[in-house]
Amino acid sequence: MKKTLLSALAAGLIAVPAMADTVRMGTEGAYPPYNFVNDAGEIDGYERHVGDLLCEVAKLDCTWVKNDWDSIIPNLVGGNYDTIIAGMSITAERDEVIDFTQAYLPPDPSFYVALAGTDPSVITAGIVAAQTNTIQAGEVAKGSATLVEFASPDETVAAVKNGEADAVLADGAFLQEAVDASNGELVVIETVLLGGGIGIGVRESDGELKAKLNAAIDTIKADGRLNALITEWFSADQAVY
Amino acid sequence: MLEMCSDPSALEGLPWLACYLTNGKHLLFYQSFGTVLGLLALAAPLALAMGFIGALAKRSQLPGIRQLGQGYVAMVRGIPDIVFFLFVPLLIDQGIEIVRHYALCPEVTDPIYQGNDFVVCQAAKMPVSSAAPWVHSLYGFSLALMAFTLVFGAFAANTLDGALSAVPSTQLETARAYGMSPGQTFWRIQLPQMWGYALPGLANLWQILIKATPLLFLLGIEDIVYWARELGGAKGGRFAYPHPDWRIYYFGGLLIFYMLMTWGSERVFNRLQSRLSAGQATLAGKGAGL
Repeated sequence: MKKTLLSALAAGLIAVPAMADTVRMGTEGAYPPYNFVNDAGEIDGYERHVGDLLCEVAKLDCTWVKNDWDSIIPNLVGGNYDTIIAGMSITAERDEVIDFTQAYLPPDPSFYVALAGTDPSVITAGIVAAQTNTIQAGEVAKGSATLVEFASPDETVAAVKNGEADAVLADGAFLQEAVDASNGELVVIETVLLGGGIGIGVRESDGELKAKLNAAIDTIKADGRLNALITEWFSADQAVY
Repeated sequence: MLEMCSDPSALEGLPWLACYLTNGKHLLFYQSFGTVLGLLALAAPLALAMGFIGALAKRSQLPGIRQLGQGYVAMVRGIPDIVFFLFVPLLIDQGIEIVRHYALCPEVTDPIYQGNDFVVCQAAKMPVSSAAPWVHSLYGFSLALMAFTLVFGAFAANTLDGALSAVPSTQLETARAYGMSPGQTFWRIQLPQMWGYALPGLANLWQILIKATPLLFLLGIEDIVYWARELGGAKGGRFAYPHPDWRIYYFGGLLIFYMLMTWGSERVFNRLQSRLSAGQATLAGKGAGL
């Protein structure tokens, strides 16, 4: 009885599975238009479509996984998924831990957004909200304003609306949607260009996947399909390749 | 209902709300209540079983087992729960993958820990990349369940140990005088009487377990807190059902859910307590049924 139990346990642990190699694409799901969860409950957005297109071009079998921003890099290196495609800017600091493909979106200017009528001096002297572990948080921390960090992008905008912060700094495309939906309550008070474009994050040991994705990105940049997606998801001001 | 909902921008008022509350995302929200209730339904008996093992280990005459039991209970009660909830699933997950790596891919000689990365061969991943999303969800849920069992098992072990000690020793001596073996004494005399003493502590533990279910959210499992936060946030024009920040309503709904759970549990435990102390003299006076 004990023997059969032990062998059943061992068999369960080392049962040989099906051999298909699926690439798991990790994203945040809270940053429209880059990536968000639509009302049907599916991951949607620019990055969903870019990711699906790249998988089609590189002939990879892909599934999508959602993960909170804070643990998105640790879970990549821990093997929960194989890529990060979540509006993550290529920075030297992140490059020490993971590898990036080439950028698949030219840098999107970041906006300072505040309640209508706010004096622009809050950018240097007030309280500015940003999401933790973003280039925008780093930018505010470098300056003289007080930084207030939040775990999700939604909360940073909510902080400005309820008065906790004077302004919020985040990617322009994301904040433009919030400004448009606010009926004049929120306005853009300043723009600043940050970061070197967003890239797909992969593990440093995963050179093969990085090469495949880079080749696929080259292909869709060359034949204009990437530009078509950019104009579909972003405003007319967004630069294209 | 469904044909009406195909064009949300044309709806207003109650029909809009009806379609909104039944869209795909909300159905996932309602399903997550099932996840939470499922966790409670599984974690409670497992933690109780773990508690029994822990209590018996603590009271064991064998030297190694006793230290193990006492060490387990003291460690888990002393170290903040969050450390276990973050550490245990990671430990179990990586442990299983390492075992599978050595068993299934003996030809791969690259080290598993490469720089920052944890790399095992594709066949060794648990669950495998090609598995359906529900397999991944179930696996994550199981890891969370193991963490809950470990933590709440230690608290249950302490409660049960105290309750076992609270059974009057005269009862046990009488049982021995009648010629019952230690095993018979335990199962027939000590254990049934223990429940009356254990119940207040276990009822308390159950309430704490209910309160602790949002820790699933910390482990990345899509529970009710995750969906309330996701659904409540302000949604702009890109979504089919735009709305302002409604988190207060969603979290208010969660508050009502948890309070109903607590109130219901309290009633069940009160009834259980009066049945268990039937005919016994307790500090609250003689039990019901007398």
